[in-house]
Amino acid sequence: MKLFKYMVVGFMFGFGMWKLEAISTFRIIEMFHFQSFHMYGIIMTGVIMGIGITQLFKRGKVKTIQGVTHQFNDKSREWWRYILGGTIFGMGWALTGVCSGMMFVLMGSGYTVFAIFIGSAMLGTFAYGYFRKVLPH
Amino acid sequence: MYETLEQIHAFISQPWPWWMGGITIGTTLFLLLYFGKDFGLSANLRTMCAADGAGDYADFFDFDWEKQGWNLMVALGAMFGGYIAANYFGGDGMAHVSQATVDTLNNIAGEDLLTISTVPLIPGKDIIHQDIPAFWNLYSWSSLFSVRGLIIIVGGGFLIGFGARYAGGCTSGHAISGLADLQIPSLVAVIGFFTGGLIMTWLILPYILQITI
Repeated sequence: MKLFKYMVVGFMFGFGMWKLEAISTFRIIEMFHFQSFHMYGIIMTGVIMGIGITQLFKRGKVKTIQGVTHQFNDKSREWWRYILGGTIFGMGWALTGVCSGMMFVLMGSGYTVFAIFIGSAMLGTFAYGYFRKVLPH
Repeated sequence: MYETLEQIHAFISQPWPWWMGGITIGTTLFLLLYFGKDFGLSANLRTMCAADGAGDYADFFDFDWEKQGWNLMVALGAMFGGYIAANYFGGDGMAHVSQATVDTLNNIAGEDLLTISTVPLIPGKDIIHQDIPAFWNLYSWSSLFSVRGLIIIVGGGFLIGFGARYAGGCTSGHAISGLADLQIPSLVAVIGFFTGGLIMTWLILPYILQITI
């Protein structure tokens, strides 16, 4: 039951992303061709809502369920990892039209071949973990 | 009563407008922060590696992964959300892209395979889209056994898993949580996402899609 509430959150997110067509490869192609506002609208309204919500939690106006102020961790200032890792991720995102959250939604939608996709993404994560010390951060 | 339910069902089944993104993402972020957690789905890949014993090979995976169980439940819920949306609230199951995008897609394919009313949500054969042109049948088991499908499914998955962890987050961790917290590193990562995305979309993807074996 403690974990069930997270499934409800995930359900709402997955359902919404499906209905918003954010899981669509063609929507991603459209976005990278700047041919519609749709995906930008999703991300922009998401970020604008997110900024407001984050500020509410940061300033302690809203406490967490445990009754404390949520602690946000500042991202480390290792620039190369964001530039290189971000570019590699973006290439995968555009190649497939799918990002790491959407692959779970698509798997659930009945495209069972995404089991291989997720397995390959795990392998990619493993490769990063294995070679982490030699990669520039 | 039944009629009202029918109306609600029809209302939800329509394609959602972009501003519903703010509501969906906002609700997700709010609830996770309220539960004391940070929103970021790609972290699950690290957890799944650790759960499979990757800690024996790299200390990056040597952590108390059971504490990340909540995030796996978010992913599981997202799978279930996709299932219900696709099977019960799918509407016409089409991607309502612009005419310009239809033209671009037909340009890549080299022939007019799609019209504005026949662009499926996913380029893969499913129950609704049995007659999808072979060119756009990317996400199916038969596609996996072609060079093109292998590059996209296995190669693309690898890039996403590798890139997300290298960058320390994906679209949810950086573009949503990070930008919402006004983190400059996340802005740099998002610029990276778009740089890589534009290079792939404009310079590489059209050639990969044209591989016929």
